[in-house]
Amino acid sequence: MSRFEIRWHGRGGQGIVTAADLTATAAIKLGFYAQSIPTFGTERRGAPVIAYNRIDRQQIPERSPVVEPDAVVVADPHLLINPKPLGAGLKSGGYLVVNTVKSASEVREFFKRDDIKIAVVNATKLAMDVLRAPIVNTVMVGALVSATGVLTLESVINAVRDRFPPRLADPNAQLIKQAYESVKVE
Amino acid sequence: MRALLGSVKALNGAEAVAYAVKQSNVDVISAYPITPQTIIVERLSEFVANGEIHAEYVNVESEHSALSTCMGAAAAGARTFTATSSQGLALMWELLYVTSGLRLPVVMAVVNRALSAPINIHCDHSDSIGARDSGWIQFYVENSQEAYDTVIQAFKIAEHSDIQLPVMVNLDGFHISHTLENVNILPDQVVSDFVGFRKPANVRVEYLGREVPAVLDGVTPISLGIIALSDYYYEFKMMLVDAIDKVKSVIKEVHNDYLKVSWRGYGDGLIDPYGVDGADIVLVIMGSAAGTVKYVVKKLLESGLRVGVLRLRTFRPFPYEEVVKVLSGVKVIGVMDRATSPGAYGAPLFNELRSALYDLDSRPTVVNFIYGIGGRDLEPLTVKRICEKLLEFGRGVKPASYVEYVGVRR
Repeated sequence: MSRFEIRWHGRGGQGIVTAADLTATAAIKLGFYAQSIPTFGTERRGAPVIAYNRIDRQQIPERSPVVEPDAVVVADPHLLINPKPLGAGLKSGGYLVVNTVKSASEVREFFKRDDIKIAVVNATKLAMDVLRAPIVNTVMVGALVSATGVLTLESVINAVRDRFPPRLADPNAQLIKQAYESVKVE
Repeated sequence: MRALLGSVKALNGAEAVAYAVKQSNVDVISAYPITPQTIIVERLSEFVANGEIHAEYVNVESEHSALSTCMGAAAAGARTFTATSSQGLALMWELLYVTSGLRLPVVMAVVNRALSAPINIHCDHSDSIGARDSGWIQFYVENSQEAYDTVIQAFKIAEHSDIQLPVMVNLDGFHISHTLENVNILPDQVVSDFVGFRKPANVRVEYLGREVPAVLDGVTPISLGIIALSDYYYEFKMMLVDAIDKVKSVIKEVHNDYLKVSWRGYGDGLIDPYGVDGADIVLVIMGSAAGTVKYVVKKLLESGLRVGVLRLRTFRPFPYEEVVKVLSGVKVIGVMDRATSPGAYGAPLFNELRSALYDLDSRPTVVNFIYGIGGRDLEPLTVKRICEKLLEFGRGVKPASYVEYVGVRR
């Protein structure tokens, strides 16, 4: 792997910035260079939020937004009503990882692209069952690393344990594992 | 090569600054939170509350009070740190001049953010560039690693017996403060040994016939902040001017000493050139966007074009001799400013650089590109277009304007 770039789409309150931070932390702990770049407006719960990751074996000099991602993660199923910004710049052969109850082929209808892999996970249900709150960030981290193979399962669980006390780390580690196992890629 | 000391952590720029302060034997911290600097203050207050550092954390009601507190503590001999941004720096304004005038070695992190109005929380350099004449030393860093390294160096530079001046370490809001990346952290003891503890400079007290520490310690009464009208004010200012002229050699010395313990350096400590040797065109820049420019320049160099980047690490003191030396012979120079100076002919970095190059026998074409105001992204494609323009000027095309605003709607 020379360079892997990720763009995260979600809404304020879903923990997208934390998801990107956890992904970069896991990569750094594995010995890669990585960046987690949040974008901020005025912080509002429910407003669309974007964050970016770059992962590389070399140092990463640039700090502009990712424009041609290798993977796009969509944490909020309702963002699918406007698929254009989600798919923008996604590389051919890249991954689209979506929180949805739809099947991968139904999601493909929205994007009309045959050259990307689509991964689906019912992240909201998993999060509600375990956390009793629709905070899907760690679920999406698990789905991302499972679908793309960019990082190991263990590395992202370690990143969660590093950042959170056990009472939060334990359920989130469980969620990452469940997402890792249940994501469907097509 | 010796193995790197320390450990790699995943930190954002603000956390990297706080970590450097934590390791630097600071006595007093006083700061008021403001986005995007808040993380620095949060981390430091946690370190103090957890007993991880034995500094006094003074909660205050404004930035004016935060810097006043640091000044008072520094005058009593303490090593002090504060951090702010944008409107917070604006509120500190009168104290900026008092700190440097009293020769108090306060270290302050400024997380660069645009000034109101309109309200904006994102990055540009107009806050700290506005403070360029206040007598503070100013660093502009490129990434979180350099933010960490520079804060540690700043204490040694500020407190150097020949200097005794405050230092501002500027890091770009969000682009550095909120971007999490690899930061190599030195072991606590290595940093502690490097910065030591503050030793106040001595002053000679006539009536005692000997030197005493220049601090308000209640042992030997001295006065700080006396009145000096037309009879002496000018002499005091001249001492400040002379002191900041000595800073360049001290920065190089401290940078070199730090290189020996960390194996990390940034050019000669003042300027950080990349691909400048033998370049036809050079872009001059400060801050985090230098990384994006380097990324583009690397690709252009690989395609056989002779393009370079010169990143200035300090704006005060302005490294004019160093800049002239590396840029002499370059035909076309693009100066990238992340600040505006409404009504001026070009922005501040452009003006100082062009002025420094005026005495060259063959003067280059120097064009100003103003970018990134209020957090507007600088994309690699924009940098590439700027380079293409400069190459055209190199082929003899005359610039339509010497001051260009890039990435703006009009």
